Amino acid sequence: MKHTLAVLVENRPGVLTHISGLISRRAFNIESIAAGYTEEPDTTRITIVVEADEIELEQVVNQLSKLVDVIKISNLTAGDSIHRELALIKVKASAENRSNVVDIVDIFRAKIVDVNRETMVIELTGEETKIDALCEVLKDYGIIEIVRTGKIALSRGPVPAKEL
Amino acid sequence: MRITGAEAIIESLRRENVEVVFGYPGGAVLTLYDALHKADFHHILTRHEQGAIHAADGYARATGKVGVCMATSGPGATNLVTGIATAYMDSIPIVAFTGQVAVPLIGRDSFQEADIRGITTPITKHNYLVKKVEDLPRVIKEAFFIARTGRPGPVVIDVAKDVFAATFEYEYPESVNLRGYRPIFEGDQSAIDQAFEAIAEAKKPLIFVGGGVNLANMAREITELADLTGFPVTSSLMGLGTVPADHPQHLGMVGMHGTYAANIATTECDLLIGIGVRFDDRVTGLLADFASKAKVIHFDIDPAEINKNVLSDIRVVGDLRWSLPALLTKAGNRKPGEWRAPIADWGRQVKTWAQDKPLSYEQRTDVIMPQAVIEKVSELTQGEAVIVTDVGQHQMWTAQYYRFKNPRSFLTSGGLGTMGYGLPSAIGAQMGKPDQTVFLFAGDGGIMMNCQEIATAANNNLPIKVIILNNQVLGMVAQWQRMFYEGRLAHTSLKGRTDFVKLAEAMGATGLRVSKPEELEPTLRKAMEIPGPVFIDVIVPSTEDVLPMVPPGARLDQIIMGGE
Ligand SMILES: Cc1ncc(C[n+]2csc(CCOP(=O)(O)OP(=O)(O)O)c2C)c(N)n1
Repeated sequence: MKHTLAVLVENRPGVLTHISGLISRRAFNIESIAAGYTEEPDTTRITIVVEADEIELEQVVNQLSKLVDVIKISNLTAGDSIHRELALIKVKASAENRSNVVDIVDIFRAKIVDVNRETMVIELTGEETKIDALCEVLKDYGIIEIVRTGKIALSRGPVPAKEL
Repeated sequence: MRITGAEAIIESLRRENVEVVFGYPGGAVLTLYDALHKADFHHILTRHEQGAIHAADGYARATGKVGVCMATSGPGATNLVTGIATAYMDSIPIVAFTGQVAVPLIGRDSFQEADIRGITTPITKHNYLVKKVEDLPRVIKEAFFIARTGRPGPVVIDVAKDVFAATFEYEYPESVNLRGYRPIFEGDQSAIDQAFEAIAEAKKPLIFVGGGVNLANMAREITELADLTGFPVTSSLMGLGTVPADHPQHLGMVGMHGTYAANIATTECDLLIGIGVRFDDRVTGLLADFASKAKVIHFDIDPAEINKNVLSDIRVVGDLRWSLPALLTKAGNRKPGEWRAPIADWGRQVKTWAQDKPLSYEQRTDVIMPQAVIEKVSELTQGEAVIVTDVGQHQMWTAQYYRFKNPRSFLTSGGLGTMGYGLPSAIGAQMGKPDQTVFLFAGDGGIMMNCQEIATAANNNLPIKVIILNNQVLGMVAQWQRMFYEGRLAHTSLKGRTDFVKLAEAMGATGLRVSKPEELEPTLRKAMEIPGPVFIDVIVPSTEDVLPMVPPGARLDQIIMGGE
């Protein structure tokens, strides 16, 4: 099963390498990692999506918790939370098929953020599955490149992850 | 107080009650060494940085204090790596200072620059790079706190060269404030209750102790628990010394080279009480069938150890200094008789296994048997010496045949199995325990990995007694080649041309040699009279195996027996 973990860490050099090193050495199955600043200047928040059964999940959490720079880990899988990812997709769009691509973009409520004679860049925010679906449809037109941020997640309701 | 970074390090070491540091100087730490010299701080110059860190490790294991070492940048720092990993695997508290190139030179592949933080990240409990002198006091305070508390471990402090010379207003913090590090002491009382219930119901219980008991200084409490309940006890390599070897319920070591009784009892028990253990593969054998008839209780300070290798039914997470007294308090409400009656059959059964198949080896009068050497030293020191080993057959024989009486008296590289560990570690142990007899058992292979340190022992007049069980081969590897590679001895013969007596003498120590059984005891006695370090080259046969043995990947009860 897939689990989404919010990992709050000290904003210090080397923390990300430490975490990714630990994950790869212990051969945990990580699907994505996304890191960024938070409401507190000295805290970084890393969202990790891990494929694990209950026992593996406990190991991931316990091993990560041992790192001195890891302040708190909250599991956002079980609770009610919002999951999002951002993707930028560069797709072939000639004069003939451009309007078809635009239709697809509309259906997915995506955005066109760059256009030139042969290509378009589409921006989409949403759950992973939605992004996967858009990529699938756009394949027919020829995808040149894709960049995805990896998932970020936030719990609903007033309680922040650091207090969960 | 306005002082330099180098002076601040020394002042902080004093605040942390550090009595001695082990180290080796170089370009990046010249300023630090100059300050050490001016302050007349006790520093032991080893002959290799690996020697310095293993010495700090031996000091820490023998005393329970934090071991401290120092090295210069680049090659000095990388020479520490094996020692850091050794300490990490066995949870030994060490603070290692390394010099780093000056701040403006970092990241430019400067002369003697190595990213020691990056290199040691997976093998340290924590590490730091200090680029601002103002950070030094906080970092040092945190480093000692992290190294010694919770599950102990090594911490590296990499200090840029210019930081040593920079001056600032020094103040040592009173306390640490680490949001991400709050080691647990007290756990959940209900876990103690559950453990107690399981223990009270068990018909075939077995106490299994590990290195955590040594680290937590809980040897007396474990022995009390055994005395009260009458439960049989077994130990991992790292747990030896906690319950005295002569204790009537002690079955000896469990695992690959464990005793028959310990391995069969582990296989047959209905309750396994693991205390400060991590269920290493050398202990469990085939994991799937390990203690498969038993409920498992796991006492440990590190939550990440629970269910890592062996799934436990009851977990007691917390410091053993909390959990063991708490368990003893509950257990004390039942009388010894109430404990013993339900397990009487089991107790008899276990005793029979131990009596029927004790450790044994061929008694020969034409050559010195390596096991006999260990037994003789055990007898001469009455199990009271601090015993250090290197890695190989001699290490396992020491674990099997030395009758340990005291905790923290068996110093060995268990987790990493580092050849070359022994000699420098013995130096550190003797520094920490100046009044105790320190013996090192080493092979003729491993002793050469840090033999230069006998010069350190000689310079400091350390009376360590080094017994080289000289079988002229890399014995443990040769044993596996005989057993699993049809006897092809690929590069394991050392040919026995090294003269260890001359080697010792060349470095200012005494060398003795013995090859006849009747001369063994007189030679050992003579060595013990010599006030300085001694190499005792003991010639033993080349083809002796460490037995019993559970082949790698086999079940614990699939034992190759041996001896007589
Ligand atoms: C640094 C290091 N290199 C290699 C090994 C693998 N190894 C384990 S035991 C052993 C043989 C040790 O031979 P010796 O020191 O003569 O001791 P003996 O087994 O003969 O008692 C070797 C090579 C190791 N444990 N550590």
